Amino acid sequence: MERSTQFGSSQQLTRRQLIRRTLAIGVALSSSASLLAACGGGAQPTPTPAPQAAQTPAAAAEDKLEIFSWWTNPGEADGLAALFEIFKQRRPGVEIINATVAGGAGTNAKAVLVTRMQGGNPPDSFQVHAGQELIGTWVVAGKMEPINDLFEQEGWSKVMPKTLLDQISYKGEFFSVPVNIHRSNMLWYNKKVFADNGLEPPKTLDDFFAVAEKLKAAGVTPLSVGGKDKFEVPHLFEDLLLAVFGPADYTKLFSEPSMWESDPRVDQAIEVLDRFLSFANEDRSALSWADAAQRVIDGTAAMTIMGDWAYGYFINKGAKAGEVFGWAPSPGTDGMFMWLSDSFGLPKGAPHRNNAIEWLKVCGSREGQDAFNPKKGSIPARTDPDRSVYDEYLLYSIDRFAQDALAPSVVHGAAANEAYMTEYGNALNVFSASRDKKQVKSMLIEAARELKT
Amino acid sequence: MAGKVAEQVRPRVARREAAARARFPRVDRFIPFVVLAPSVAAILVFVYGFILWSTVVSLSRWQGIVPDLTFVGFRNYATIFTSYRFQSDLRNTIVFTIFFLIGSLVIGLLLAVLLDSRVRGESFFRTVYLFPMAISFVVTGTAWQWLFVPGTPQEPTGLNLLFRKLGLPVFIAWSTTSEVWPGGGWQPEWLRVPLGIPLAMLPVIIAAIWQMSGFTMAMYLAALRGIPDELREAARVDGASEWQVFRYITFPLLQPVTLAAVIVLGHISLKIFDLIMTQTGGGPGFATDVPGIFMYETTFKSNKYAEGAAIAIVMLVMVSVLIVPYLIWRLRTETER
Repeated sequence: MERSTQFGSSQQLTRRQLIRRTLAIGVALSSSASLLAACGGGAQPTPTPAPQAAQTPAAAAEDKLEIFSWWTNPGEADGLAALFEIFKQRRPGVEIINATVAGGAGTNAKAVLVTRMQGGNPPDSFQVHAGQELIGTWVVAGKMEPINDLFEQEGWSKVMPKTLLDQISYKGEFFSVPVNIHRSNMLWYNKKVFADNGLEPPKTLDDFFAVAEKLKAAGVTPLSVGGKDKFEVPHLFEDLLLAVFGPADYTKLFSEPSMWESDPRVDQAIEVLDRFLSFANEDRSALSWADAAQRVIDGTAAMTIMGDWAYGYFINKGAKAGEVFGWAPSPGTDGMFMWLSDSFGLPKGAPHRNNAIEWLKVCGSREGQDAFNPKKGSIPARTDPDRSVYDEYLLYSIDRFAQDALAPSVVHGAAANEAYMTEYGNALNVFSASRDKKQVKSMLIEAARELKT
Repeated sequence: MAGKVAEQVRPRVARREAAARARFPRVDRFIPFVVLAPSVAAILVFVYGFILWSTVVSLSRWQGIVPDLTFVGFRNYATIFTSYRFQSDLRNTIVFTIFFLIGSLVIGLLLAVLLDSRVRGESFFRTVYLFPMAISFVVTGTAWQWLFVPGTPQEPTGLNLLFRKLGLPVFIAWSTTSEVWPGGGWQPEWLRVPLGIPLAMLPVIIAAIWQMSGFTMAMYLAALRGIPDELREAARVDGASEWQVFRYITFPLLQPVTLAAVIVLGHISLKIFDLIMTQTGGGPGFATDVPGIFMYETTFKSNKYAEGAAIAIVMLVMVSVLIVPYLIWRLRTETER
C-alpha cells in the first residue's frame, strides 16, 4: 500500500518537472508560432513578382494549362469540353488540367479558389461571374492582369455590348473574357395547363394575379418556387424589382444604396413578392429550383420564374420546347433583359501564362462561343453568332439580348459585391418563411450598407 | 511491516537514481522531450497558433481577399451578435444540443439495457443499432431530408406518404415551416428572433439521434458489462427490487460513461455542420441554421474573413464551456487517484 504511494509521489515529482519543462518549451514555441503566423499574413502580397518569373522562360516548354471552374453538371461540362477541344487543336501537346470543384452553385469552388490565390498558387485561368464578383473581389484586390491588348487584337470590344464591357472593366481596363450570357427574368409555363384553362402567359404584374386566381380556382398551384439552394426567392425578388423599378432605376438601387430606405417602390416590390408567394407552394424550402421546375413540366404547377438554365433542365428531362412548356419574360419585364455572364480572366502569376492567353482567345472567339453555348444552354456574349447552331429558345434569347434594355442580376454576381449578395439573400430567405414585410425591409436596408464599401 | 521495508528501500533507490543521474546527466532526461517535441510543436502551430491567428483576425477589419489587419476591437462581435441570423443560430444550437443529447442518451441507455438482458441474437441487434454511426452525416442528412419532404395533404411524400398508406390521419410539414413553438413569448427589443423550439429543427434532431444513439448504446453496453454481477446480486439478496437495483446500483455506476458521452455528443452538436447543410441547408429562413454554416458562408461566400473568424471564436468558446470543466474534473480525479 505505502510502497505504491511512494512510487506515486516519486512519479509525481518527475511529472511536475516535466510539466514545468513542457511549459517552458511551449511558451518558446508559441511565441515563434505566432511569429510564423504573422509572417504568413505579411507575406501575402509577395507572390506578385511571380509573373515576371513565368514570363521570361515563356518560350520554353509550357506543356500544361490549368482551368478552374464549377462546371460539373451535364451540359455545362460538355460545353467546357468543347472549348478544351478547340484549344487542343490550336496547341497540340498541351495537357489540360480540368480543375473543377462541384457543388454549392460555385460557393465551394470559390472557397478553394480564394485559398489558392492567397497561397500564391493561382490556376492559369478561372471562371468568374462578370460584374462585381470579378471587379469587387479580384480586380480591386490587385489579383488580376488587365487584358486590354487581347481585346484590341481580337476586336472583342466591337462585338460585345457596351453594358457588358462596362461590367468587366475597371478604370478603363478590361479584366476578363465573357463566354456566355444567361437570362434571369424568365417565366416558364405548362402549355397544356394554360390551354386547358384558356389562359395566356401573363405580361404584366396585374395579368399575373388574374391568371393566378384562375389557376388557383382550377386547383393547380399557380407558381412553383424552390428555396433549398437559398437563391430561388432572392432570384424571384430581383425579377420583381426589375418589373417595379424598370431597368434604369433598378440598376441605380445598387449604386445609390439610400434608395432602399427612401424609395416607396421598395415597399411596393415587397408587397408584390408577398402576393406572388401567396400563390406559390408552401413547401418551397424543401425544393431546389430544379424540383420546382419539375412540377411545371409534370403539370402539378402552372408556372415558375427562373433563369434560362431551366430551359436546359427541361430539355434534359425530355420535355419538348413549345409543346410541353412555353416561355415569356417574367411578368412586367417585357423588353428588359436581366443578364448574368460567366467569364474567364488572367490571374497575376498564372504559371502557364502563354497557354492561358491562348485559352482566353478561344473563350472569346466566335468558334469557341458557338461550340460552348449550345451545349451549356446559354447564348454567346458576342453579338455575331452562327445562328444555325442554336435552337429555338436560344435564338429567341439572342434576339432579345440584342434589342432589350439590359440590367445586371444581383443574385448571380453581376450587380453587387458578394457581401451584399449574401445579406440580400438572407433577408429574402427569412421573408420567404416569415412573410414579415417590416422585417425584410429593415434587413434589406441593413444589407444596403454593404454596397458602400 | 511494509512501511519499514519501504523506508529502508527508499534511500537505497534514491541513491541509485542519483548515481545514474551523475553518470548520464543529460540523455536520460531529454529523450522524452526530444520524442514529444515534434507533436508538441505541430499542435502548438496548427492548433494554438491558428486559434491565436483567428483571434487576431476576428478583431480586425479584414473583408475581401486582401488581408487588412487594422484593429477594430470587438466590432465584428457586435455585428454578428446583433444580426438576425446569428441570434437564430445560437437559439438553434442550444435547442439542438439539448434535444440531441437527451434523445441519444435516453434511447442509447434503453437499447443497452434491453440488449444487456441477454436477448437471443444480441450481436445481430447490436450491429443493427450501431450501424447508423458508420454512415457519414452527409448520407444521413440527404436520406432524412427526402423522408421529411412533406408534399401536400392531397399528394403526400416521404413519411407523410407512409402515414397515408398506414391509414394514419397525420400530416407533418415541420421541414417547411419557420414556426417556433410555443412562440409569442418574451422578446425584448434587442432580440430579433422569437425564442422557443423551431419546428424545422425536429427532423434534424431526429436524424441526429438516429445516427448517434447507437454510439451511446455501445458505450452504455460496455459500462453495463463492466459492473460486477456481485454488486447487483448483493442488492437482490438484500431484497431490492429490479427497479431499485437499476436505480441505486446500475445507474450511479453509469455516471462516468454518461459524462463521457455528453462530452463527445456535445462537441459534435455544437460544431454540427454537414448534417444540417445536407438536410436543410439552414432553412427555412434560418430556422435550422447553425454557427458552422454561418461561418462557412460568411467567410467563403461573402469574403468577410474578420466576421467569419469572430464566429469561429464564439464557437470555440461554446465548446470550451463544455470541455474545460470536464478536463479540470478529469485532472482532479486523476491526481486524487
